[in-house]
Amino acid sequence: MSIVLIVAEQQPDGNLRKASLNAIAAGKQLADKAGAELHLVLLSKDPSRLAEELKGTGAKVIHTAAAPEFEHYLAEVYAPVVAGLAQELKASFVGAASTAQGKDLLPRVAARLKAAMATDITGINGSGADITFTRPMWAGNVFAEVKLTTPVQVISIRATEFSPAAGAGASAEVKSFQPKLEASKTKFVSFNEVKSARPELTEASVVVSGGRGTKGDFKEIEALADLLGAAVGASRAVCDAGWVPNDLQVGQTGKVVAPKLYIAAGISGAIQHLAGMKSSKTIVAINKDPEAPIFQVADYGLVDDLFKVLPALRESIQKLK
Amino acid sequence: MKILVTAKRVEDPESKIKVKPDGSDIVKEGLKYKINPFDEIGVEEGLRLAAKHTGEVVVVSIGGKEVQEQLRHALAMGANRAIWVNHTGPLDQLGIAGLLQKVAEKEKPDVVLLGKQSIDDDQNQVGQYLAEFLGWGQATFASKVESLESDQEKNKVPAVVLSADKKSVQVVREVDNGLATLEVQLPAVITTDLRLNQPRYASLPGIMKAKSKPIEELTPAGLGVDVAPKIQVLKLASPPARKAGIKVPDVATLVEKLHNEAKVV
Repeated sequence: MSIVLIVAEQQPDGNLRKASLNAIAAGKQLADKAGAELHLVLLSKDPSRLAEELKGTGAKVIHTAAAPEFEHYLAEVYAPVVAGLAQELKASFVGAASTAQGKDLLPRVAARLKAAMATDITGINGSGADITFTRPMWAGNVFAEVKLTTPVQVISIRATEFSPAAGAGASAEVKSFQPKLEASKTKFVSFNEVKSARPELTEASVVVSGGRGTKGDFKEIEALADLLGAAVGASRAVCDAGWVPNDLQVGQTGKVVAPKLYIAAGISGAIQHLAGMKSSKTIVAINKDPEAPIFQVADYGLVDDLFKVLPALRESIQKLK
Repeated sequence: MKILVTAKRVEDPESKIKVKPDGSDIVKEGLKYKINPFDEIGVEEGLRLAAKHTGEVVVVSIGGKEVQEQLRHALAMGANRAIWVNHTGPLDQLGIAGLLQKVAEKEKPDVVLLGKQSIDDDQNQVGQYLAEFLGWGQATFASKVESLESDQEKNKVPAVVLSADKKSVQVVREVDNGLATLEVQLPAVITTDLRLNQPRYASLPGIMKAKSKPIEELTPAGLGVDVAPKIQVLKLASPPARKAGIKVPDVATLVEKLHNEAKVV
């Protein structure tokens, strides 16, 4: 039986990257459609705890490898191990979430396997040997159906398009393997984490985003976000200006979000920003400019100054609670 | 120091992209073309590195005759010479990386700089494929700690920093939840993220000079690369349109709608 191999990602803090659960769900869907088995691979300094966590995700086997070299992720160290396992298992598909790590790692794995790859897939179509993938192009203005014609196919998975895997009972078998490690020309130097008490942007059910209209003053954005238990996002312009950290950027090249409620304040709505938030369930746009393109995707638009609207919005929501 | 930089030809990122009714392609009429914005950041970074460490910047593009426009643009920014891989017809990331591998083996650069993705297919793959094909280290999504408004940006100091022994580079990378720093031995592949730098405008003397700079022509057959695509694009479609929204007159109406209609507050 052919195998779908999904890479589970460990964050620098040792916890599982939540997007991996969505990728595993996509892997399960793919395995069902292709008539294949779902396997996971987890590389870590100490994989035992996360392997336990992954047992109930619907995978048949979790392959774990432990090595001190896995503490800090490096494409050159991880790619040969993942590709080697894929070859040993004769996997037909290799995938992972489209995180920074997934996007860095998978093409290198694909290159080793001489495999074609589809980035950021949002859908899996067909069955048996006739599987195709849907993926965005031109900043999400076009969705393409693509077929990969190499014996092994590699995919990165857009997490927001698949519900996280859960509830399959702790039935997966855990198998450890001894990876052959290659010398790396790349060394890890440091990681500067941006810490936030708010929920992670890609996982939050409500996102409040600010754009150029904030003129760099995010106090009102943050206050509303905290009232709603929301994550804070931003347009590219405000990240480029250094007003907020880069990892808050929502868009084509930033993060893709799909919360229940997305509030865009002072954001004009460039194509690149819309690419990152158009799948949100309900979109609210607040902008002084009635012609701003953001109003074309907003369910509710309010033409006014965000510095007047946001405090009033907070007050009325507080009254509801 | 020798730096090889890519300059892909893409639709202007501000263009409205529409799909043909039969889903075979996008509507190309009336579109303007540019150098891929991420590649332009790569050209800028290459120029800064070359200026600081006395080096040469060689720019490469793959496509029909029209990609010479993007090569001339990079030459006008200050690149020393250009390589045009003449190929018309479909190409995928495996083919592109295969061609770039041969060009890199011929040119033997210390660094290959590529945009982290191109804004047409958004694949984000070629740099990583290339690094593996060459057996080199990679640093993707190169960014920087300082904002674009900083003094450092104004002084145009490279954000990719060469080590004292000139055998490696330190690269700050944009990753989830923060910035990671790697040290990569040369030769290396670096892919550029948005905030690495602000590309310069081509000056008028630069544009004049670019006209006389050499463009070398190569072909996939000459390089010995089979570029038959392994990724078939079967069909293009527009994303489902969002149902038209409404404008609300005031905050009270907005909250009422969010509470009673959308039930999200």
